Amino acid sequence: MSAPDTATRQGTARPGSEIEVNPLRAAIAPRERPARPSAVANAFTFGWRALLKIKHVPEQLFDVTLTPIIFTLMFTYLFGGAIAGDVGTYLQFLLPGILVQTVLIITVYTGFTLNTDITKGVFDRFRSLPVWRPSPVVGALLGDTVRYSLASTITLGLGFLLGFRAGGGIVGVLLGVGLLLVFAFSISWIFTSLGLVMRSPNAVMGTSMMILMPLTFASNIFADPSTTPSFLQTWVGINPVSDLVTAVRGLMAGTASFSQVAWVLVASAVITAIGAPVTMHLYRTRT
Amino acid sequence: MTTELAVEALAVEAHGLVKHFGTTKAVDGIDLAIPTGTVYGVLGPNGAGKTTAVRMLGTLLRPDAGTATVLGHDVRHDADAVRGLIGLTGQFASVDEDLTGTENIVLIARLYGFSRGAARARAAELLSAFELDEAADRPVKTFSGGMHRRIDLAASMVISPRVLFLDEPTTGLDPRSRNQVWDIIRVLVDDGATVLLTTQYLEEADLLADRIAVIDHGKVIAEGTATELKASVGSSSVHLRLADAGQRTLAHQVMSRTLGVPVLLATDTSALSARITSARDAQDLLPQLFHAGVEVAEISLGQPSLDEVFLSLTGHHAEATDDATEEVA
Repeated sequence: MSAPDTATRQGTARPGSEIEVNPLRAAIAPRERPARPSAVANAFTFGWRALLKIKHVPEQLFDVTLTPIIFTLMFTYLFGGAIAGDVGTYLQFLLPGILVQTVLIITVYTGFTLNTDITKGVFDRFRSLPVWRPSPVVGALLGDTVRYSLASTITLGLGFLLGFRAGGGIVGVLLGVGLLLVFAFSISWIFTSLGLVMRSPNAVMGTSMMILMPLTFASNIFADPSTTPSFLQTWVGINPVSDLVTAVRGLMAGTASFSQVAWVLVASAVITAIGAPVTMHLYRTRT
Repeated sequence: MTTELAVEALAVEAHGLVKHFGTTKAVDGIDLAIPTGTVYGVLGPNGAGKTTAVRMLGTLLRPDAGTATVLGHDVRHDADAVRGLIGLTGQFASVDEDLTGTENIVLIARLYGFSRGAARARAAELLSAFELDEAADRPVKTFSGGMHRRIDLAASMVISPRVLFLDEPTTGLDPRSRNQVWDIIRVLVDDGATVLLTTQYLEEADLLADRIAVIDHGKVIAEGTATELKASVGSSSVHLRLADAGQRTLAHQVMSRTLGVPVLLATDTSALSARITSARDAQDLLPQLFHAGVEVAEISLGQPSLDEVFLSLTGHHAEATDDATEEVA
C-alpha cells in the first residue's frame, strides 16, 4: 500500500486523491520516441522476460530439475535388469533416450505459458505494441532453451554419476544436446499453436501430453522395437522421435552417420515450416 | 514515428463496424466519430459489445465489416502505425503479474526501442508519477486493485500515446482508487490526448466524458453529450432515497398517488424516482410522505439520471442484473 492515510498533498487534482498532478503531467507529456528496434532485439527482450519469470517463480524449475532425476533413476533401475540383463549396459542405451524424453516433455510448457499469458491479458498488451509480430512467441522459445539446457545438464550429470560413458566425448555429447534443442524448438511450434487455440492452460497441458505420450513412449527410447508387433514397429519407424533418439545416441557414442543427423534436421525443418506459420496465423487472427 | 503532427479533427472514426462470434453479433454496425482531445464515453451493460468494439479499434481484432481509423490510420491495413500511437488498458490488456512494477515498464520500454538506461529511467519516472515507487520492486501480483490499475495505466503510457483506449478502467475499484484513475484521465486530456473510455457506470460517463455513445446489443442506440442525452428523455425528475428500504412499497404508493405519474424503482433497493413535467408538481410530495410516516433520507429534484436515460432508451437498467427492471404503474 502506498501510505493511504497521508493527508491530501499540494498539487493534487482533487481532495482525497493521492495522485500528484505535476509529476504525472511531466511523466505523460508528449516526448520524442526512440527508433523502432530490430526484430531480433524484440525477440531477445521477450527472452529476457522469460528469464525474469524463472527468477521470480523458481518453482517452475522443479519439474525441469526433478523430472530428469526421477526418470533416469526410475527407468534405469526398473527396466535395467529386465531389458538389458544389467543396469550398466541398459544405462548406456537408455540415457540419450531419457534425455530426449525429458526435454520433449518440458516443451509443453511453452504452450502452457503462452495460454496463461492470453488468459491473463498480458498477451493482448504485447499484441497492441508496434513490435515484430512473432517476437513474443520466438522470445518465449529462446527463454525455453535455458530450461532445456538445464534439464539436459542435470540428466547428463546424473547419467555420468551412474556410470554412463560417452564414446563420442564431450563434442559428441554437446552435438547430441544441440540436435535435441533444435528438434525441441521445432515441436514447440505445435504446442504454441495449441496454446493459441485452447481455452485454458490446463487444457493445453492435457492435450499436449496426449500428443507426447505416443511420440516418446512408442519410440525406441526404452527398448529396441524389434520384438514388438508389426503395427507398432511401423509407428516407431515413422516416429521422428525415434530418429532423434538414434541420432543423439549415435552422436554421444561417436558412431552417428551423416544421414541420421541430417534426417533429424530435415524433420525439424519440416515441423517448423508447418508449425510456425500455423502459430503465426492463429496469433494474427486470434479473437 | 512519422510526420503525424498534423492535427486530425477526429482521433477515432468508425463506420459500420461489425464483429460476429459464431451466431452472436457482438458488434452489429457501430459508427463513432471521436474529436481529438476529448474524452468519449462508451456506455453500456455487460455484453453490450463495448470490449469487442475497443479491441477492434485497438487492432487486436479484425472487423468482419466496416472501417475504422485512428488519427487517420486504418486499423486493418495500417495496424502497425495505429499501434505506435495508441495505448490500451483494460480487462484484456494487462501486465505480467510475475514481474515487478519496474520490470514490466522496462520490458515495454525496451520493446519500443528505449536503451537499457533510458528504459530504467522511464520506468522510475512513470512509477513515481503514478505513486507506485514504493512498490516498484515488488511483483505485480502483490499489488492492491487500485495499484494494479495504475500500473496497467502506466504501462500504456510509456510512449505518451495520442489516443488511449480504456476498457472499464474503474470496474471493481474502491472510490479512492477510482478518483485517482479519473484524475489521470483528466490530466491526459488536458495534455491533448484523446481518451475512449468504456464503462457500465453512468456516473463515470456523466462526470468524465465530453460525449457519450450508449451501446446495447452491439448497436449505438443514442449519442451526444450527457446533457443532450438527458434532455432527450425530457422533463425533470424527482429522486427519493429512504432511510429504510422496507418502506419502499409504502413510499411508492404515496408517490404515485401524489404525483399521478409512473414511479420507477431503482436498482438501489431504497431508492425511487419519477419523471415530472415541472418541479412544482413535486411540492406536495414531502409533506405527504411525512404524513404517511415514510422516513426520507434524501430527496432531490433535477435532470433525469443517465440510468433513467438508459431505461427509457432500452427498456432496461444499464447496470441491471435482471429483475430489477420492473416498472410499477
